[in-house]
Amino acid sequence: MTTSSITELRAKRSRRRNTNMLIGSVLVSLVVLAAVLSFIWTPYNPYEQFFAEKHQGSSLSHLMGTDRLGRDVFSNILYGARITLLVGLVAVGIALLVGTPLGILAGMKRGATEEVTMRFADILLAFPALLMAIMFAAVYGPGTVSAMVAIGIGSIPGFARIARSGTLQVMSTEYVQAARASSQPALRVAWRHVMPNIVGMVVVQSSVTFALAVLAEAALSFLGLGTQPPTASWGRMLQESQQYISINPMLVVWPGLAIAVAVMGFNLLGDGLRDRFDPKLNGERS
Amino acid sequence: MKNENTLLSVEGLSVSTGRFPLVHDVNFAMARGERIGLIGESGSGKSVTSTALMSLLPDGLQATGTVKLAGHEANFVDASDAVMRKIRGRDMAMVFQEPLTALNPLMRAGAQVAEIMLQHQMVPSRRAAKAKAIEMLASVKLPDPAEAAMAYPHQLSGGQRQRVMLAMALANDPSLLLCDEPTTALDVTVQRQVLDLVLESVVQRGTGLLFITHDLAVVANMCTRVLVMNNGKVVEQGATEEIFTRPQHPYTRGLLAASDLEATDHDGRLFTVASAAAYVPWTVAETEAHAAAAEETPVEPAAPQQDAEIQPVIKITDLSRTYKRGRTSLFGKPTEVHALQKANFTVLPGERLGVVGESGSGKSTLLRILAGLDQPTSGSAVVAGNEVAGAPESQLVQLRQELQIVFQDPMGSLNPRMKVLDIVTEPLLVPGRTENAAKRRKMAEEMLEAVGLGAETLERYPHQFSGGQRQRISIARALICRPRVLVADEPVSALDVSVRAQVLNLLADLVDAYQLTLVFVSHDLAVVRYLCDKVVVMQSGIIVEAGDTESVYTNPQHPYTAKLVASSMNLHAEVLAKAGTA
Repeated sequence: MTTSSITELRAKRSRRRNTNMLIGSVLVSLVVLAAVLSFIWTPYNPYEQFFAEKHQGSSLSHLMGTDRLGRDVFSNILYGARITLLVGLVAVGIALLVGTPLGILAGMKRGATEEVTMRFADILLAFPALLMAIMFAAVYGPGTVSAMVAIGIGSIPGFARIARSGTLQVMSTEYVQAARASSQPALRVAWRHVMPNIVGMVVVQSSVTFALAVLAEAALSFLGLGTQPPTASWGRMLQESQQYISINPMLVVWPGLAIAVAVMGFNLLGDGLRDRFDPKLNGERS
Repeated sequence: MKNENTLLSVEGLSVSTGRFPLVHDVNFAMARGERIGLIGESGSGKSVTSTALMSLLPDGLQATGTVKLAGHEANFVDASDAVMRKIRGRDMAMVFQEPLTALNPLMRAGAQVAEIMLQHQMVPSRRAAKAKAIEMLASVKLPDPAEAAMAYPHQLSGGQRQRVMLAMALANDPSLLLCDEPTTALDVTVQRQVLDLVLESVVQRGTGLLFITHDLAVVANMCTRVLVMNNGKVVEQGATEEIFTRPQHPYTRGLLAASDLEATDHDGRLFTVASAAAYVPWTVAETEAHAAAAEETPVEPAAPQQDAEIQPVIKITDLSRTYKRGRTSLFGKPTEVHALQKANFTVLPGERLGVVGESGSGKSTLLRILAGLDQPTSGSAVVAGNEVAGAPESQLVQLRQELQIVFQDPMGSLNPRMKVLDIVTEPLLVPGRTENAAKRRKMAEEMLEAVGLGAETLERYPHQFSGGQRQRISIARALICRPRVLVADEPVSALDVSVRAQVLNLLADLVDAYQLTLVFVSHDLAVVRYLCDKVVVMQSGIIVEAGDTESVYTNPQHPYTAKLVASSMNLHAEVLAKAGTA
C-alpha cells in the first residue's frame, strides 16, 4: 500500500528526468546517425575541391554551402562525426578501463594501496587534460591518436574517484560482509558484488566524460594539435573558417552547432542516466 | 460521542494515492487528557493516519473525512496551510521517531525550543523565550538544562535528543500530543526513561496523547485505549486491558499471540498469526498467578560444569579489541576506544548463547571477531578448533565453513542485483568445495525448502520478497554449507512482530534439526530469554554477567543487568500494572 503511493510519487519525478534523457538520446543519435551515414553516402566527396563554387550559401545542391576551397560543408560535417565519436570512445575507453579497476582496488584494499592510487589520481587531476594533450602533441607529434590518448589519461581520475566511492559504499553493506564471512576471494567479491552495484555510476561518468572528450578534441583540433588536415574534424573546420567569418559566417555556425549538439547530447544523457540510477529514487528497480 | 469533553474527533478519515486507498474510514474521538494507542505493523497505515491528522500528508496523497480539534472550526483535512500553521506546534504537536533528523543540526537545542514559542507569540520577548526554553529543558529532566540549551543536536545522545524533541512539542502546552514511534530508535533503558517522561508529562498537563507504535507492551504501559490498525482499517478498538485480555478480532489475537514470547504452542514453539486461534491471552488473574509463581520459585544456581572432557566449540580468552580514533587536534593523543575488554567465555556444542547489550556495548565487535571479519588487539578466540587471532585470510577458510552469520538488516544483507540462487549458493564457491552447478542448485532448493520457501524463488531477485522472507533467504545462505556454529546479529529486530515469531520459530527448528551451536546477539531480553539457554550481558565492552538465561533473568547479580531487566517491557507485566491502577 505504502509502496504504491511511493511508486506514484516516483513516476511524477521520473517524468521530469525522462525529458532530459529523451532530448539527450535524440541528440546523441543524431551524431551517431551522421557518422554511420558518412560510411554509406555523402552528397560529395568531402575532400574534393571545386574552386569555382567556393563560399556558397545553403542551397539544394549544397545543404550547408561550401567552404573556401569549394568543399561541401555538409559532407565534412558528416565525416567529422566519425572523428568525434572515435575520439570519445577511445578516450572514455582508456579512462574507464584504467580508472575503474584502480578505484575498485583502492576501495577494496584500503590502506597504503588506496593512498598511493588516489594520490596518483590527484596528481593527474592537477594537470588539465588540455595541457596533457599539448604535452603529448609536443612529444609524439600532433594527431588524432595522441589527442585521444591524452584526453583518456586525463579522464582517469574521474573514474577512479567515482569507482572508489561506490566501492566503499558497497563494501560496507551486509551482503559483502556475508560474502567475506564465507571466505569469498576478493576478485569474486569485486566481480559479483561491487561491479554490478557501481555500474550505474560508471555509465553516468562515461557519458559526461564523453561530452568533455568531444569538446577537448574540438579544442585541440582548433589549436592545430588534434586531427590533422585533410581529415574532417569539427574543431579544425571551426579554425579554418574563422578567418572568413566576415565573408561567410555560416561556415563557423555549422561545425559550432555540430559540436554543441554532441556535447549537449552526451551531457543531457548523463544527467538523465544519473537520475535513473539514483539509488535514493529507485529502490525498486528490477 | 460528541460532547464538551471531546478533544479530537475523527470521522470517516480516508487517505488514498488517488487509485490506492491507504487508510480507510477511520473513526474515533479522543476526550481531553485521554491516551490512545494506535498499533499496527508496518504498512498498516498508522503513520499515514497520524500525518493526516497533522495535515502533513506528502504531495500526491488525498485525504477525505473530518478531523476536528476542540477550539477550532477548521476541518484539518481541507484546511489551508496558513490555518494549520497556527494550530501545529500551538495546540497539537508531534514527536517523531528519529530525533537526529527531526532536529536542525545547525541550531542549538535551546534555540529550537525557543523558536517554537516565538513563532506562536507565546512569549513576549526573545529573552523570555530563552529563559522559558531552559525551563522546558529542565522539565524534561535533562541534567544541566542551561548547558543542554547551548548544545547542538550532535552533542546530545539519542535519549537526550528525544527529550529536546519532547520539550519542543510541549513548549506551547498543546492540548494534543502525537508520538510516532518515539522510542523505537533508542536503547532499552533509555526507552523506559523517555516513555516514563512522556507519560508523566501528559498526565501532569492533561494533554491528550495519540501514541503510534508497533510494540504492544509499550502501548499497554502508555495508553488507556487502543486502536488496532490493519491494512488501513481500524479493526478493533477498546480499553487497553479489554483488548489485551479479550481480543475480539482475529488480527488482534494474532498480534498478541506473536508478541507473547512466554506463550508457546503444543510443539513448544511461539504462536504466529496463523496459529493464533489456539492462543488464549492470560487473564489478569492468571498473569498475577504467573508473576507470583515466578517470585516463589527459587532459581537454583547453575550446577558447575562437570563434563570437562567435552571440547568447547568456542573458547574466548582475554579477548580485547581497541580502536584508535583519528587525531582531532595536532598535539592531542589519538583517542582509544575499548570496544572489547578482556572477554572470557566458552560455548559447548549444541548450546544456545545469547549476547545481550545496548548499542556500543561491543557485542557486534565480538561477533565480527568470531567470524574472522575483524582481528582482536589481544587475547585469543578459538572457534571450532581454529584460532582467529592473527590468522591470515587463507586459514580462515576452514573456520568459515564451520561458522556462518545471519545479519540484522533484511534489506542490506542481500545483493539487490543477484538472484536468490546465486545468493544462497555463494558460500559454496570457496576453495576446497567441489560441488558443480547442478549439485549447488539442488542444495539451494533443499535449503530453501528447509526455511519454508519454494524452489520457484530461486530465479527471483531480493526486492521481490518481504522482510521476513529475505531473512529466511539469509538463513538459507548461512546454513547451506552446514556450519556447526550459527551466529545471528539481531536477526529479528528489523521485523514486524508476527514475522518475528515465525523467524524465531524457524531458527529454533533449524538449530534442533542441524544440531547447531547458536550465538544470538540481541538488545531484546525477551527474545534471548525465549531462544537461548545461556546468556552473557555486555556493557561498554565488558562482560558484566554470564550464566543460565533463567537465573540471569530472574535473579540478576550485576546492577546493569538488573536495570536492563527492569527496563525491558513485558506485555503481561504492563497489562497487570494497568489492571492494578484501573
